[in-house]
Amino acid sequence: MSNQANFVDRPWTDPEAKPFIRVQSLSKNFGPFTAVDSVDLEIYQGELFSLLGGSGCGKTTLLRMLAGFETPTSGTIYIDGVDMTNVPPYERPVNMMFQSYALFPHMTVENNVAYGLKRDGIDKGEIKRRVDEMLNMVELTQFAIRKPHQLSGGQKQRVALARSLVKQPKVLLLDEPLGALDKRLRENTQFELMNIQEKLGVTFVVVTHDQEEAMTLSTRIAMMDNGRFMQIGTPTEIYEFPESRLVANFIGSANMFEGRVTENGPDHIIVQCKEPECEFYIDHGFAIQEGTRVWTAIRPEKIKVSKTPPESVESNQMKGAIDDIGYLGKLSTYRVRVGDDTIIEITSPNLSRPRDGSLVHDWEDEIYLSWDASSVVVLTK
Amino acid sequence: MIDTDEIGSPEADISSSLKMRLFHTLQHNWKSVVVFVPYFWLLLFFLAPFFIVLKISMAEPAIASPPFQPMTEWVDDGVVQIKLVFENFIYLWEDDLYFKTYINSIKISSISTLICLLIGYPMAYAIVRASHTYKHILLMLIILPFWTSFLLRVYAWMGLLADQGTINNLLISLGIIDDPIRLLYTPFAVYVGIVYTYLPFMILPLYANMEKLDASLREAAADLGAKPVTTFLTVTLPLTIPGIIAGSLLVFIPATGEFVIPDLLGGGNVLMIGRLLYNEFTSNHDWPIASAVAIILLIVLVLPMMLYQHAQGKQVEG
Repeated sequence: MSNQANFVDRPWTDPEAKPFIRVQSLSKNFGPFTAVDSVDLEIYQGELFSLLGGSGCGKTTLLRMLAGFETPTSGTIYIDGVDMTNVPPYERPVNMMFQSYALFPHMTVENNVAYGLKRDGIDKGEIKRRVDEMLNMVELTQFAIRKPHQLSGGQKQRVALARSLVKQPKVLLLDEPLGALDKRLRENTQFELMNIQEKLGVTFVVVTHDQEEAMTLSTRIAMMDNGRFMQIGTPTEIYEFPESRLVANFIGSANMFEGRVTENGPDHIIVQCKEPECEFYIDHGFAIQEGTRVWTAIRPEKIKVSKTPPESVESNQMKGAIDDIGYLGKLSTYRVRVGDDTIIEITSPNLSRPRDGSLVHDWEDEIYLSWDASSVVVLTK
Repeated sequence: MIDTDEIGSPEADISSSLKMRLFHTLQHNWKSVVVFVPYFWLLLFFLAPFFIVLKISMAEPAIASPPFQPMTEWVDDGVVQIKLVFENFIYLWEDDLYFKTYINSIKISSISTLICLLIGYPMAYAIVRASHTYKHILLMLIILPFWTSFLLRVYAWMGLLADQGTINNLLISLGIIDDPIRLLYTPFAVYVGIVYTYLPFMILPLYANMEKLDASLREAAADLGAKPVTTFLTVTLPLTIPGIIAGSLLVFIPATGEFVIPDLLGGGNVLMIGRLLYNEFTSNHDWPIASAVAIILLIVLVLPMMLYQHAQGKQVEG
């Protein structure tokens, strides 16, 4: 039973489930430059799938190939079981929300939203009904007869969303949907997008460079670099179980130390690092041959800070001095100097309210760092 | 010594304080100064001559130098009499040669504008869509003819179109025709000349307009189900209307008053207002009528010019 429920929520774990979008060894070259390098991808119905990566990683090119604006150099794209590789954009069952919104400046909000329906030759009454319904959903009914240049950024964004959803596409492609909005509006819109996606059951494919956005929105994230996928997984998998240093660094921040495996036990491994000198005892899921060069990564929030030495044995602890403090209100970030010139980043929630306004830890305070044996990730690449 | 000093210093003070004040004024009003200079230029060399022409158009012709009667005259008792006659304008209205010529000029320049638009629009569109390297070469080719004298280029067309010219000789040597076709000194030659000369003035504003169009608008249209033709008609065309208006007026206005092309390529067979004006002024030596022709031409052209201004204003807004 529990397994069944799991499949509904996470169709990619079900070997029987059929992917809605299937991309097979898809490549795109621009002259000598390879933007997308032979990628395979399966996206399931109702997913909110994010393509995440820095600029020039190929995420936008991949999205544009799904929309039909770029012709693949090689490979195939199936959407809902139909080969779409060479189908022009105006015949694909997908719609796109553009980064610049691409609203038609000479048309009113109403006509922008109605544009796609008019192309399908739907009768006027029906168009009017569906446009009104859409504008109502994005709460822009009273702006129906305005032109795009009379709208704010957030309003334009909602018009763009309404226009791309009004044709009830099977897949909605979103290119940096929240990129142009300020932080507060962005957070609200994120949840709005998720609600709409849930309500309509449309499959969303989102391109973003913002890892927080990807984490909040997505069912799964595909991390891209140099036209290839580095890792595909749920936000938790990507954050807690990164497969490479690149992923660990891109999603959130991580303190990383180079070392060698000195003991490969049945339920644990021990990694010895030189800079700073420290022994890592890791008790979960890694079996790596002794002597292998590895990197240990630990997230800033998983390090505990104390003024007194921790009770445990010598492993999984360090001693350092506070080099810098960033007070952010709900939490503080500390940059702690360990050894000669290693800086370790720590974030710690400010649980208690200091009576006299002084900080819990002060500059140049000597402090002890410690962490659980399960908190460390060992990376081999 | 002391005296001169005492006398000298207040003067120096005044001149230096004047300088200071002038400097101060300039510093704070440099914008008005910068604007004033070109306006002064226009006032001197456009508005003043216009009023002179307007004055002459309301004078009576005379056999004198200059060949018209003065506007003001001293009558006895030291009273100044101002004499303005409208006979010249009435004459233009009564003699239908002028009316026909105006209509013919507007017809020729309208058709030429339309041909320029039909040729220029796809050209501008192709240049905008061309790759980065080709774009600059193609634009250069549009501007290239301006490096040769306009008159020289019109003479070159005479050489091409003449009865014993390049085109006729080529057609005869290929055996397509036996006798030369009359090309030069026909309305056709005038159209060729005007379209050839003014095509860049159509392409450049269209190019500027299209270049600013966001390519993602076309993609958005395609994404929403519009086929390329529909995308063009519903998105590209409406958004390039300001460019079409700007280009059309840049062709239409100078083409209407064109003198060199109808004179050299049209000969006596194509009547255009520029040639008529020239004849009135030089052959007939009737300055008042020539001035009246010019004033009417100006009125005919002011309307499209105002449209042009309006279109530009809109483009700036957008």
